[in-house]
Amino acid sequence: MNKNPSYMDCVHRDGRIWNLSMMVLLFLFPIAVAVIYQAAPDWHGLLMGMIATAPMYWAVGVVETFTYVPMLGAGGSYLSFVTGNISNLKLPVALNALEQADVKINSEEGEIISTVAIAVSSIVTTLIILLGVLLITPLTPVLNAPVLEPAFAQILPALFGGLGVVFISKNWKIAVAPILLMLVLFIAVPALNAGTVGIMVPVGVLFTLAVSRILYKKNML
Amino acid sequence: MEFHVNDPILFVLAGVIILAVLAQSVYFLVKAWRRAAAIGMDMGKLRRIAGTAAVFTIAPAVAIVISVITLAKDLGVPLPWLRLSVVGSMSYETIAATNAESAMGLTFGQVTSLTAQQYVTIVCVMTVSIMVGIWLVPLIGKKLQNGLISLENRDKKWSDIFSNAMFIGMISAFLGYVFCDFSTVFSGDTSGLIPPLVMLVSALMMAVSGLAVKKLKWRWISDYALPISLIAGMASAIPITALLG
Repeated sequence: MNKNPSYMDCVHRDGRIWNLSMMVLLFLFPIAVAVIYQAAPDWHGLLMGMIATAPMYWAVGVVETFTYVPMLGAGGSYLSFVTGNISNLKLPVALNALEQADVKINSEEGEIISTVAIAVSSIVTTLIILLGVLLITPLTPVLNAPVLEPAFAQILPALFGGLGVVFISKNWKIAVAPILLMLVLFIAVPALNAGTVGIMVPVGVLFTLAVSRILYKKNML
Repeated sequence: MEFHVNDPILFVLAGVIILAVLAQSVYFLVKAWRRAAAIGMDMGKLRRIAGTAAVFTIAPAVAIVISVITLAKDLGVPLPWLRLSVVGSMSYETIAATNAESAMGLTFGQVTSLTAQQYVTIVCVMTVSIMVGIWLVPLIGKKLQNGLISLENRDKKWSDIFSNAMFIGMISAFLGYVFCDFSTVFSGDTSGLIPPLVMLVSALMMAVSGLAVKKLKWRWISDYALPISLIAGMASAIPITALLG
């Protein structure tokens, strides 16, 4: 066993311990509720609910892991896959931080920057949700006000508009083809929507990697 | 014991797990911060990056609070509080809760009370269906990272292009998603224009911020350009929706 593990080795070791412990803790919630209220699940409902939900999200989970880990870095990945809201919050936060610091994710500085940004974002999210829960009675009419509804319904376009400008302007040669492909697919295929965008992320990534490789081999990048 | 979706015991159970999640975030933050100091990184820059991440998180986090309120109508407060503080996302939790409820003959949004058995069933579906990432990252995360490092050592230029291509691929999927209702325009429904126009406002705001940094040397804007463009885009959605929705 290595007596002087590197920073990265420590991140992986601690991340494994934290994530597997969190998994056990999350499973304890339904078990504790079942024990305290002496209620077993409705097995038929559980089976049907799982069949309707699990296969798709298990597949998405596998694909997301392979797609997002190289972008989030080690510490960022362990944290993001526990705290959730990856594509709509943690990944944009990490991308913006890396851009701000002008470092790559596969450097040690990039790994640190991504971890700091995602950890801060997770802490702030947890605290804001806690505040929302504590103030749920006075906040409900304010946050559910019809005038604010369109603003919160358009978070993703507002987020990816700004982020898109930064990354596309710096990498326009590799961005043209995937953007055109995704525009055609999302406009022409009605089944592609908010529920299926997660599945299209790896499609976009693989397509962009293939286009980039071709351009690179032809010395066009 | 009599069950209620807002029973104080459920708040305690959810609170303990959320506290553990918070502890993990603090642990990784401290660890990364100490390492940054040890290798001589610019700590002032790191503080600014942390500040930007915090400011940027506020609007999406408020949107998550709205999801807690929405789900709380059926499930009480503790379960949505827990679920939206860990693992999942706004869309996933709604889909999982809807599927679990309809599997038991209930209709999402119209549930007036739940039995303990129904509640446990819903929690199980929501918990088990999203667990893959939590155990798969510990299993393959290190191998994936080592693969990237070996790619970097073999061909640095391609390694940089590789990571940019991954980001662009992800962003292109979301840009495509923004246009998913665009075809409704051809049948006279202008609401499909709302997301692209909101995206355009956000993009313009980012471009203006970039120009302000370059031409006017207002460097402070670069730290907050993304939160500013996010808020501008969201704010523009209100008049745009009033006009086209």
